Amino acid sequence: MIDVSWGEQVVFYILAPIAVIGALGMVMARNAVHSALWLVLTMLSLGVFYIVQAGPFIGMVQIIVYTGAIMMLFLFVLMLVGRDASDSVIETLRGQKVAAIALGVGLGVLLGTGLYRGTVDLTPVGLAEANKNGNVQGLASLIFTKYVWAFEVTSALLISAAVGAMILAHVERRKDERIGQAAMMKERFLPGNYPGPKPGPGVYATSNSVATPAKLPDGNPAQRSISPILPLRELEPAEKADKHTLTGGHQS
Amino acid sequence: MNPTLADFGHDNGWIVALKVVGVFVFLVVMTLFTIWYERKVVARMQVRPGPNRHGPFGLLQSLADGLKLAFKEDIMPLKADRVVFFLAPVISTVCAFTAFAIIPFGPFVSIFGQKTPLQLTDIPVAVLLVLACSGLGIYGIVLSGWASGSTYPLLGGLRSSAQMISYEVAMGLSIVAVFMMAGTMSTSEIVNAQAKGGQGELFGFEFTYPGWYVLLLLPSFVIYAISAVGETNRAPFDLPEAESELVGGFHTEYSSLKFALFFLAEYINMVTVSALATTLFLGGWRAPWPITQLGPWVNQGWWPLLWFTIKLLILLFVFVWLRGTLPRLRYDQFMRFGWKVLIPASLIWILALAGFKTMNNENLPGWQRGLWIGGFAVILLAILLWPRKRPAPKLPLEEEVAQRPEGSFPLPPIDLQVPVSPRAKRITADREPVQ
Repeated sequence: MIDVSWGEQVVFYILAPIAVIGALGMVMARNAVHSALWLVLTMLSLGVFYIVQAGPFIGMVQIIVYTGAIMMLFLFVLMLVGRDASDSVIETLRGQKVAAIALGVGLGVLLGTGLYRGTVDLTPVGLAEANKNGNVQGLASLIFTKYVWAFEVTSALLISAAVGAMILAHVERRKDERIGQAAMMKERFLPGNYPGPKPGPGVYATSNSVATPAKLPDGNPAQRSISPILPLRELEPAEKADKHTLTGGHQS
Repeated sequence: MNPTLADFGHDNGWIVALKVVGVFVFLVVMTLFTIWYERKVVARMQVRPGPNRHGPFGLLQSLADGLKLAFKEDIMPLKADRVVFFLAPVISTVCAFTAFAIIPFGPFVSIFGQKTPLQLTDIPVAVLLVLACSGLGIYGIVLSGWASGSTYPLLGGLRSSAQMISYEVAMGLSIVAVFMMAGTMSTSEIVNAQAKGGQGELFGFEFTYPGWYVLLLLPSFVIYAISAVGETNRAPFDLPEAESELVGGFHTEYSSLKFALFFLAEYINMVTVSALATTLFLGGWRAPWPITQLGPWVNQGWWPLLWFTIKLLILLFVFVWLRGTLPRLRYDQFMRFGWKVLIPASLIWILALAGFKTMNNENLPGWQRGLWIGGFAVILLAILLWPRKRPAPKLPLEEEVAQRPEGSFPLPPIDLQVPVSPRAKRITADREPVQ
């Protein structure tokens, strides 16, 4: 049996259930943002596990990069989707949930027992030597000497992916299509365009509806004062009749 | 004998508990004090007295405000996501408090006969812990914006997430130079690394320069200071809560204690970034030069706590100063500044520093050094001074007006003489006899 320190055991038995609950919550939560939050919980627990297992740098990077940056971008997108966008509960494939659960549990059991049988008699060696000059220093010397090529290739791959995504998302505008503030101002004062703000709808004793046009000085209705999206309809006789307040209670 | 990484993790349980309580109390008191300090300093800058009713110099004002806040009605919006709405301020506050665990307040002190460093804990990646905590602290703001179920908070939350992620990149890059100089990420050892100055020689004069990284790594300090203001959402970078655009930003819907938690977190974050700046660039708890002449006792025992707090208060004063002086930036200007100025400048500075350190390690002869430095400077200058396309020549106003198409909106002539109103004439006529 591997000798595990007391503190590490306590941390494991507290955080391992939390990590599993987070994973389950992520799958089961209806709301996409709640799902993302459960995943954050799992990632945080994993980060702490790395730190406890003598990898403080990778643990902190897990928290900063995955939890702090990547999940944040996920959340960013999910928030824009709208907060009431929940998954529908209708199953499109009949029985897929049961099959998925059965296969998932099977895979978990398979991997778990395999790992357990493979590592039960194993004595870990080399951790003290790897961390001899400090964890960060050891990692740095490996990354920048032995694996520098792989490291650089990976970074080139990531940068090309980022640039590619930007190119795909970027809408190129020709110079004459770009409208600046000065051009918009000029357009506003061109002949045929009324540069001032539009008048508001009329407010009278009989009505303060937005569908009531304001009146021009000559008594004509000002067409600009009504929003074009408002539907036009004829008033019913009951609506047309003078209101109670106007007639003082007497029927005219 | 100064504390190093190996000196941590040997404390008794009750000493650890005492230190935790100490850090907590320090932060809460600093928050109360900073609120008063800020209001007082801003008031002085605007030539008014500021809070002066409660306690001596109005010192109890923020305590009174805090109590009032606690007794206010706690409003939960109808459309809010209840759990997340409650969770968001808690996340903010917890992350703000946690980040302070690795800040060194002083060297070894004796607490009830136990010799222990005046710092809660230290780990090999201590500075990264602060970055991790500020990264998680963003969740508080973003989630509060989302969970409020209303438009302005959502916009504030989105703005803040974009802003804080961008400025965290610049902040992380500015700290890298410190790691390279100190060769470690543990805060206590970074403070130790700044203890000794170096011997320098300039034009034949030998002199000792102080080891503070603010002098050795000035560009890093400048970038850190700017991005710290962006990271803490303080003016002039307080776009997530821009009153003129977003009402109150992410905390529009919050009231009572939940709002108080956000307030607390904001001020603790300010204290934390100032404390980190003190630790990384200003020599940590060590006394500055003229005080060190008094004897070795100034850097021993509990005295360093005083120097540390003074440095902290000076940095906090700068925060308030900025708020009192600068108007808020526009959002696009702010993001452009972060991504197109701060981050490239940081990268170039790190590159230059790494090259310089490599040259020192390799012991290159003088002429090769000159060649490398000169080449680097030439490339840098070429990039900076690369000729840009000239903008089209600006027409005089008369010609622009003349170019307007027929039937344009009428403009008064530029040399219009407005006739004096007849009423004004009468007033002057009335006044004449008075002379």
